[in-house]
Amino acid sequence: MGDFSKLTIADARDKMRAGDVTSTELTQHFIDAIDAADTLNAYCAKTPEIALEQAAAADKRIAAGDAPDMCGIPLGIKDLFCTKGVASQAASNILGGFKPEYESTITTQLWNSGAVMLGKLNMDEFAMGSSNETSAYGPVISPWQREGSNTPLTPGGSSGGSAAAVAADLCMAATGTDTGGSIRQPAAFTGIVGVKPTYGRCSRWGVVAFASSLDQAGPMTKTVRDSAIMLEAMCGHDPKDSTSADLAVPNFEAMLTGDIKGKKIGIPKEYRLDGMPDEIEKLWAEGAEMLKAAGAEIVDVSLPHTKYALPTYYVLAPAEASSNLARYDGVRFGHRAEVAADEYINEMYQHAGDKSDKKIKLQAIDRMYLATRAEGFGPEVQRRVMIGTYVLSAGFYDAYYRKAQRVRTLIKKDFDDVFAAGVDAILTPATPSAAFGLGEMADADPIKMYLNDVFTVTVNLAGLPGVAVPTGLDSQNLPLGLQLIGRPWEEGDMLNIAYQLEQSAGFSSKPQKWW
Amino acid sequence: MSIDKDTARRVAHLARIRVEEDQLDNLASELSGILGFMEQLAEVDVDGVEPMTSVTPMALKRRDDVVTDGNKQEQILKNAPDAREGFFAVPKVVE
Repeated sequence: MGDFSKLTIADARDKMRAGDVTSTELTQHFIDAIDAADTLNAYCAKTPEIALEQAAAADKRIAAGDAPDMCGIPLGIKDLFCTKGVASQAASNILGGFKPEYESTITTQLWNSGAVMLGKLNMDEFAMGSSNETSAYGPVISPWQREGSNTPLTPGGSSGGSAAAVAADLCMAATGTDTGGSIRQPAAFTGIVGVKPTYGRCSRWGVVAFASSLDQAGPMTKTVRDSAIMLEAMCGHDPKDSTSADLAVPNFEAMLTGDIKGKKIGIPKEYRLDGMPDEIEKLWAEGAEMLKAAGAEIVDVSLPHTKYALPTYYVLAPAEASSNLARYDGVRFGHRAEVAADEYINEMYQHAGDKSDKKIKLQAIDRMYLATRAEGFGPEVQRRVMIGTYVLSAGFYDAYYRKAQRVRTLIKKDFDDVFAAGVDAILTPATPSAAFGLGEMADADPIKMYLNDVFTVTVNLAGLPGVAVPTGLDSQNLPLGLQLIGRPWEEGDMLNIAYQLEQSAGFSSKPQKWW
Repeated sequence: MSIDKDTARRVAHLARIRVEEDQLDNLASELSGILGFMEQLAEVDVDGVEPMTSVTPMALKRRDDVVTDGNKQEQILKNAPDAREGFFAVPKVVE
């Protein structure tokens, strides 16, 4: 049957249309590859029956001609997406056993275009994490290893299963979601391409909510061209998401000319961090040189509020999460703790908001809520829900939440000013380091893990499109990526610059198969 | 701003997450650390800056005020931990 593992979406599309290969053959190849890669823990649910049924339908459609670009393409879907009748747990125990009765808008669009679902992909619990270690299914192990070492590494997070599956050829492409960097950081850690579109490009309907004003879904693929093809299938206005933009979706692939002559590329000085590894510094300078050689103009720009992006994010995202995650109460879906009817935990909790010493008796339903959420949420989710609760609570709302919303306005204005000065895109490193080992951050305080998002989180706060492109390897042979940030709604232009960067860098390394 | 044990207890209760009494000190110090990180925001001058409520300026779409969905009792109850006679069942609310 030949080696299908290295095929891109573009190759597979052309080969299927030419009759050289069928979707059924491709799909069976990936089903077998997935079964042989359980060690990586990338898939949390496999759906081979659905996949083969969809593949057979796709083959009919391709044979009839006039099939969309994504027709017959085998995909992995992040567990955050609700997929009808298939476990969708956001990698959390609190959604244990949840099988939605509906399908997210994005996956509906993908299936309508003929794509094939291989299964659901592991992730950090509720997309809260940068290493996939907060997952209720256990961590994903990256297919990449340091030269001469078999230390298990993180694929990044939160879309760690998606990144590992694409890098290890366990699907042709995957969906991811990005609230602070959850597509771009894992893409950079695994040597693949990941796109976060402009806020409002992709419908959030049916995607489990983390921080609604920041969440966007996007494609994770082997090449920029594949991202362009898949993004087009994912985008579009959806009346069911009130923040979905009613804008025409361009043919992104047709915009990949590689011609970037005269484009102005900004290099933000605030992204040059103290103590940044030389390798990252060098990668960044080389990327700028490549774009310059292709005819772009490189200009220094300033985004003065950059250093406030992480603290702003870690007020706003937990605040929104505490509100979004209030729905997990053990009543309508998911896990419910067993609470004995006659068990009283009285005199344990003060009444909410009450400064007096008055103690209250908790009713059975309160005890059920408290126990359900304590059992169902993992430590990082609990921590963020409580931080969010605190910054929204009476007396602290103005000092934290309101303040962060104001700083967010300033962060967005930094970008507005740069784009108004004629800059077409901004080039930055995607991550401050290459992938780290699983457990290496376990003893660090949570802030240290949050620093992973330092280059990506500004983009979510400003609602802009961003793409991570692999451009090099570090001294231990691990992939490193650069990020391009585009103007709002200019994903096509941004992807064209990314395409040129990809061609110039010529990154073609793959992990050595050890699993 | 440092969070004491009583505040940690209160926040946990507001969030409806049970935290055992012997875990509260630990929680208080974790939350204090994260809030300390956020203290940097205090130095930003936001005089006259509007709080952001929508990152992409757009007017909310309106639609006709009509029923577009419904009659899905079975689907809605399908994932319930405890559903009886067409309702969600919960522990006793009134003592």
